[in-house]
Amino acid sequence: MRASKEPQTESDASRSTDQETPARREFLRRGAAAGGAAVLAGLAPEPRAAAATPQWMTRPGQPFSNYGLPSPHEKSVIRLIAANSAVSGNGLSWTPLQDLEGTLTPNGLHFERHHNGVPQIDPAGHRLYLHGLFERSLSFGIGDLLRYPMVSQQCFIECGGNSNSGWNEEPLQAPAGSLHGLASCSEWTGVPLTVILEECGLQPDAQWLIAEGADAAAMNISIPIGKARGDALLALYQNGERLRPENGYPLRLVLPGWEGVLSVKWLRRLQAATEPVMARNETAKYTELLPSGKARQFTFVIEAKSVITRPSPGQHLAGPGWYPISGLAWSGRGVIKRVEVSTDGGKTWIDANLQTPALPRCFTRFRLPWRWNGESCILLSRATDETGYVQPTRAALIAERGRHGYFHYNAIVSWEVSEDGSLSHVYA
Amino acid sequence: MSMPESAVPSAARPAERAARRGQQFACTALLGLLTAPAFPVAGPGLGQALSAAEVAAININVFPNGAGLPPGRGTVAAGQALYAARCEACHGVRGSGGSADELAGGEHGLRGNPPDKTIGTYWPYATTLFDYIRRSMPPSAPRSLSDDEVYALTAYLLSLNGIIDEGDALDAVSLARIRMPNRDGFIPVDAR
Ligand code: HEC
Repeated sequence: MRASKEPQTESDASRSTDQETPARREFLRRGAAAGGAAVLAGLAPEPRAAAATPQWMTRPGQPFSNYGLPSPHEKSVIRLIAANSAVSGNGLSWTPLQDLEGTLTPNGLHFERHHNGVPQIDPAGHRLYLHGLFERSLSFGIGDLLRYPMVSQQCFIECGGNSNSGWNEEPLQAPAGSLHGLASCSEWTGVPLTVILEECGLQPDAQWLIAEGADAAAMNISIPIGKARGDALLALYQNGERLRPENGYPLRLVLPGWEGVLSVKWLRRLQAATEPVMARNETAKYTELLPSGKARQFTFVIEAKSVITRPSPGQHLAGPGWYPISGLAWSGRGVIKRVEVSTDGGKTWIDANLQTPALPRCFTRFRLPWRWNGESCILLSRATDETGYVQPTRAALIAERGRHGYFHYNAIVSWEVSEDGSLSHVYA
Repeated sequence: MSMPESAVPSAARPAERAARRGQQFACTALLGLLTAPAFPVAGPGLGQALSAAEVAAININVFPNGAGLPPGRGTVAAGQALYAARCEACHGVRGSGGSADELAGGEHGLRGNPPDKTIGTYWPYATTLFDYIRRSMPPSAPRSLSDDEVYALTAYLLSLNGIIDEGDALDAVSLARIRMPNRDGFIPVDAR
């Protein structure tokens, strides 16, 4: 069954996010323009000039730089932003997945979701406070935490609202990153939260930790104690350098495999309690209304999903021939075991190669060489994780959840290749 | 101003704690004979005691049972005036039709298409309103509202949603006592 490929309507755009719609429309317009520049080579290789000595071999290059930046030729590889018209710091920005390879997201391209801007925090004036059901209420400076034993852990962080335009009746036309790029993957380094909880002495009836950020929304959310004592990390470093302000500098909670809103940025306070606080972001938002009128709440774990990032909408195949199919798969439940790719709309599937090592709760890169015969076709990918969970079809997901859950959309994604080599988002 | 990050154990640290830490390091040292870990498994114990007054100054969490609600009181009428001055520009007249989230005016409930998820139809706890408004709103000046003002705004929004009457007022006791219509509308999934 295939839905029509009409361009997205204004009402679809407005339904796909709770943010202001003109900003999002502007972003979609610019996104389509930026993506349109990318042409993938086909049977015929790229045109070229006669071999000669390039000008950059005939004069000295640029001097050293204190902090390196991408080539100016890569200036279109950026996060696209959608923010509220009246509150510029309330919104989000997407990782341009369609322009990236491998599994780690560059720090400057990690997705963002902020509720009231990025606080500019002086680490000397920031502390972590722990109180509530502890033997001892304690506070820690950033300099103190830097002296604690640290661990490094790679994991993805994905916003629970990622991919939510998939609930729309018509497929939204946008680059892969602007549909599925509220997900990024980094190596985080910091102090295991359990070490600090141990120092404070959790009382036996402490079942939840209420985390709070030091931003202008003082974003708070409740975390079950099991996760807090498990793999939760007080992250100070991201991909080897101290956190960027927009990723929580100087201290961020990281809960591997769980929806991003729980990985509280600018972490300032942890209150141990018997019950969840029932914050706005665990009741009014980040809950999923079902057709029955009941809503799923505390849906923390990110289920397996995958998306083909190359080729994808906005890119263009130059003609029949060989192309790499490349994409990302991830699961909050552990390791991605298998990614199958279909180039015929799901009639037949073939196993893609998984980049190794495939790490638990991390982006896993899959690749498959593909020969396009020049005919219209539909590309799909389907992930399976170590629990045996298989990424569902859109129809199956909607049959289970309805269309108004808003969060946790993880259905199979379909890209249609037209005879002219252009790609579009379809529901196949 | 920076707070000192003292390596000197705080005076308020109980002796019991030092004893426990001693034990942890002793264990590590013993293990060290066999496996030589690069660093202790416990931290160096740099946490500084927080006084009850400090906790009171920073703790703004409000729980469904009312824990965390401050003293104070506000009427629906006071909330209506405050709302017009400080909220309406973004949230619209009577809570709908603005650039920001709808706060009232749900017409066709949770099973409509699309459903109306407003405070009155969807929010399970009234205390969440106090918690959220006090910490986050208005976006241009969070934490600028007094506790009385937050009670008043909470009262006004609850009256707009038909939860309390126009003549009502709220304080810590009456707010914690409110039972929202969708109180039992949620299914916990991973809450362990
Ligand atoms: C400058 C615009 C602006 C003003 C003024 C403003 N708000 Fe908001 N409000 C927002 C935005 C934007 C959000 C969504 C924030 C987010 O998603 O993080 C919001 C969210 C809310 C919510 C949560 C709604 C939901 O369904 O989750 C409540 C309640 C609220 N505001 C109350 C108020 C009150 C009370 C005032 C007046 C004191 C106020 N707001 C003033 C922009 C505003």
